[in-house]
Amino acid sequence: MLLIHCPYCEEERPEPEFRHAGEAHIARAENITELSDEEFERHFFIRSNPKGIAFERWRHMHGCARFFNAARDTLSDKFLVTYKIGTPKPDLSGEIRRK
Amino acid sequence: MTQAFRIPSAGRLDTGRTLDFTFDGKSFTGLEGDTLASALLANGVHLTGRSFKYHRPRGILSAGAEEPNALVGIHRDEARRTPNVRTTIQELYAGLTAVSQNRWPSLSFDVGAISNLGAPFFSAGFYYKTFMWPRAAWERLYEPVIRRTAGLGVAPDKPDPDHYSNRFAHCDVLVIGGGAAGLAAALAAAEKGASVIIADEQAALGGSLRFESGAEIDGRPGWEWAQETKTALRARDNVRVLTRTTGFGYYAHNMLGLVERLTDHLAEPSPEAPRERLWQVRAKRVVLATGAIERHMVFPDNDRPGVMLASAARTYLNHYGVAVGRKVSVYTAEDSAYAAAIDLKKSGTDVLAIVDLRTDPEGALVEQARSLGIDVFAGHAVTGTEGRLRVRRVSISPVSGGPRRELEIDTLLTSSGWTPAVHLFSQSRGKLAFDEENQRFLPGEYVQDAVSVGACNGTSDLAETVAESLRAGETAAKETGAKKRKTVKFEAQASEDWSSGMAGAAPGAKSGSKAMAFVDFQHDVTAKDIRQAVREGMRSIEHVKRFTTTGMATDQGKTSNIHGLAIASEMLGKPIPQVGLTTFRSPYTPVTFGALVGHGRGKLFEPTRRTPIHSWAEAHGAAFEPVGQWERAWYFPQNGEDMHAAVARECHTTRQAAGIFDATTLGKIEVVGPDAARFMELMYTNPWQKLAVGRCRYGVMLREDGFIYDDGVVGRLAEDRFHVTTTTGGAPRVLNHMEDYLQTEFPELKVWLTSTSEQWAVIAVQGPKSRDIIAPFVEDIDISDEAMPHMSVREGRVCGVPARLFRLSFTGERGFEINVPADYGLSVWEAVWAEGQKYGACAYGTETMHVLRAEKGLIIIGQETDGTVTPDDAGLNWAIGKKKTDFVGIRGLQRPDLVAKGRKQLVGLKTTDPKTVLEEGAQVVADPDQPVPMKMIGHVTSSYWSENCGHSIALALIEDGRERMGEKLFVPMPDGVIEVEVTSTVFFDPDGERTNG
Ligand SMILES: [Zn+2]
Repeated sequence: MLLIHCPYCEEERPEPEFRHAGEAHIARAENITELSDEEFERHFFIRSNPKGIAFERWRHMHGCARFFNAARDTLSDKFLVTYKIGTPKPDLSGEIRRK
Repeated sequence: MTQAFRIPSAGRLDTGRTLDFTFDGKSFTGLEGDTLASALLANGVHLTGRSFKYHRPRGILSAGAEEPNALVGIHRDEARRTPNVRTTIQELYAGLTAVSQNRWPSLSFDVGAISNLGAPFFSAGFYYKTFMWPRAAWERLYEPVIRRTAGLGVAPDKPDPDHYSNRFAHCDVLVIGGGAAGLAAALAAAEKGASVIIADEQAALGGSLRFESGAEIDGRPGWEWAQETKTALRARDNVRVLTRTTGFGYYAHNMLGLVERLTDHLAEPSPEAPRERLWQVRAKRVVLATGAIERHMVFPDNDRPGVMLASAARTYLNHYGVAVGRKVSVYTAEDSAYAAAIDLKKSGTDVLAIVDLRTDPEGALVEQARSLGIDVFAGHAVTGTEGRLRVRRVSISPVSGGPRRELEIDTLLTSSGWTPAVHLFSQSRGKLAFDEENQRFLPGEYVQDAVSVGACNGTSDLAETVAESLRAGETAAKETGAKKRKTVKFEAQASEDWSSGMAGAAPGAKSGSKAMAFVDFQHDVTAKDIRQAVREGMRSIEHVKRFTTTGMATDQGKTSNIHGLAIASEMLGKPIPQVGLTTFRSPYTPVTFGALVGHGRGKLFEPTRRTPIHSWAEAHGAAFEPVGQWERAWYFPQNGEDMHAAVARECHTTRQAAGIFDATTLGKIEVVGPDAARFMELMYTNPWQKLAVGRCRYGVMLREDGFIYDDGVVGRLAEDRFHVTTTTGGAPRVLNHMEDYLQTEFPELKVWLTSTSEQWAVIAVQGPKSRDIIAPFVEDIDISDEAMPHMSVREGRVCGVPARLFRLSFTGERGFEINVPADYGLSVWEAVWAEGQKYGACAYGTETMHVLRAEKGLIIIGQETDGTVTPDDAGLNWAIGKKKTDFVGIRGLQRPDLVAKGRKQLVGLKTTDPKTVLEEGAQVVADPDQPVPMKMIGHVTSSYWSENCGHSIALALIEDGRERMGEKLFVPMPDGVIEVEVTSTVFFDPDGERTNG
């Protein structure tokens, strides 16, 4: 059971309060109707699923009900950071090198 | 004579406190503090079970959690019959009843042992190769026979009458293992002021100090020190000591699963007491002090009762005061086994010989053994054993060749070294490192906030162990913020060392040998089997494991994995680390389902949701059906009606007069805000901007991939307010879906979403008399057809309470849905019901609801759809706003596969024989005479008897179904082929005249 820091509630809460919501920083295409089949496939179906640091979305379902983003190391399950929706993707290249 | 093997001068038990117990019906006496294993050994009993595959007689191998052989059933009463209990863990209590397993008719004479004679045919991969074909024989013949003759104990056939408890705990430092290392670490952390939990699987703390006769800590014998330390720890406020508690799982973020056994050691447990307690502990730091597990030697016929681990014999002697035999020899490749020979010799037991594979063993222990008059055969191997139900003779030969010699014995102690118990470390995702010199895996890189100390860390010297553990405890405490300045320090010494040893097959079981030299006792895997797996092409240890099943029994290969790995590595000509190590998974030892489930069973398994009208339905004899967590009225049988008759009557009455239905479970979401209509445009395929206030529309919601996600009627209450209904099961996911888009994709929209599912009770009144029935209760609303046509919504009062009144129909009749605050649901229902009686109305349940909507071809999400159905497939293209430039799913709908020909489309099916009701889920074919496997062109999604139509009706998804109107298709069933005709989905009132009243 993970411990997750909700950036809105500003505290660590246990995993059952949250729901995973897929990869982060994939904005719905503004011109979605104009995407070619290949572009739509990449946009909607293809996900990175990295070994290492993954950027993902969570929802504090049974708390504040807000969606937020997180960077989690899939090897250790440790969260490097969680941050509010709309905040730019943090630069964790230093962390990645260190691993 | 009882307890003939008990030595009063040895051990720590009180010989005055005896307990009676039975094993296979025979009465024995043991002592308070015994395990079942020590009590059996005190009575000279080694034979405790039969092996899994060959039914070979097996005895007690170990004195701990690693025991692969001595598993028994413990029977307390009819319901409490626990199989596969390790005798080495089960504490003795007065009246304990144990029975042996996997034998017939008796333990000493077993018919199944015939498979031992067939052993050459039972080799590795045997099950995979032999029992493949024909497939029918697997189900009818092979599996039942194999299950009866192979396998372990018998599962209880009654519900578990015990209850199980569950606790969450948090601490600074969690110490797993209460031996010298764990106790020292806990003490150091506690003295620093940290909050500490220390858990050990045994009834008493002390670990290996239980048998290490030469250990001395802080100026006292090791065991005494352990007991005093435990008492001191228990007395502290910041320490919790858990005994009989196994740390079985190491999960993410330093969360560990512990199971505490509370009553299995008691003669008469209180019925109120939980049997076990699951602890879920979140620790800031974890100290792993899990010790090491001794390995046996792999040599021919090394599995006879009487062949056991050296440390086990020492435990039985030094702790339980039991001599494991009269004439003992030792077979080893390392030092610590010498201590067993020395302790036994000193207790007066006849120790004939120590057979040591090493050519030149030396050191204090070797000298001491020699000086006690024990023959040390250096450079020798045990090459065979004899004895049917107990070992009675062993042959030994020089490794370099030479004459064979025989020893008459009744017990052979073996040790090939110690395997650090890195199970939890590995579960924590730590990386193991191979220690070439000592042939063992040790903790390498840590992923979580943990540290290993003592034998599980490869530290084999007691003084070093204690020093390392004190440091680790102190550091862990400091890292969690403990500030006390107190530092604990003391000295320790021991007479032995646990490093060195060998892994793999000993001489006599080397490549080419046909001997049965067991690696994995519990699954009957021999050295030969592992070689055969490699010979047949298995290269990775994961494949060898699955092919031979080595390490896959309930002991998870605690004594055997390293041997199996070493043999595979030798065969492959690759070093051990390159062959790999199989993954350690939780649980460390078997955990009962009861402990994992805790209170979450029966009524507490999952919440039951009931509507405010539930009590009325109950009082009126409703049959209920579960719909998700809801308990819904299914039908209302009257005067002994069966379901068929009740549903036929309800369907008929609703269309003739009226029916009243509790629709409270419908999901409801209030969509409010200046941008509500824009948001609705994005979430649903339909257009909403022009929907007038007071009107309703049937909405279809897609996922971005273009498939139907949910549907429901939406009413516009104001320019900026929509009352959205969802399917009963879909309410939470629809709200989540909406919130997701609102919060993350369209945050600029000023919209607020509120779940109102439980705020409103919904009473549906459907049928030609529906308006007459509700009329007396409705205030402030004109409910005439002109003022309030089909698909409209009004706010007003019903029975004097605020209400939202919908004119809509899921039946095809004139219909209303009265939404009132949930607390008034029952009283409004009762009023409507009383009025309905005057018009001959009935109450109907979910089954009638299903039939009536199917008569009208209305779909149900999850029944007609399965996540791969588009609006066009379902005949709902009309619900897509053709002029809309965007909505969720707009692009997905254009995907090539979604617009291709040959998609399955929703149609109606009429059986040629009107009385035949199809089975939902049945497959449909075009030609029933084609060879099997037939091409299936679709399936039945809904099917009912329709009293109103006078024939059965069905909906189906059929390839290009709409082009097949009038075509005959076929539904092959086990008892014959059913002919059907493709029809429209609307079976009743196709022009919809009744809906509009
Ligand atoms: Zn929150």
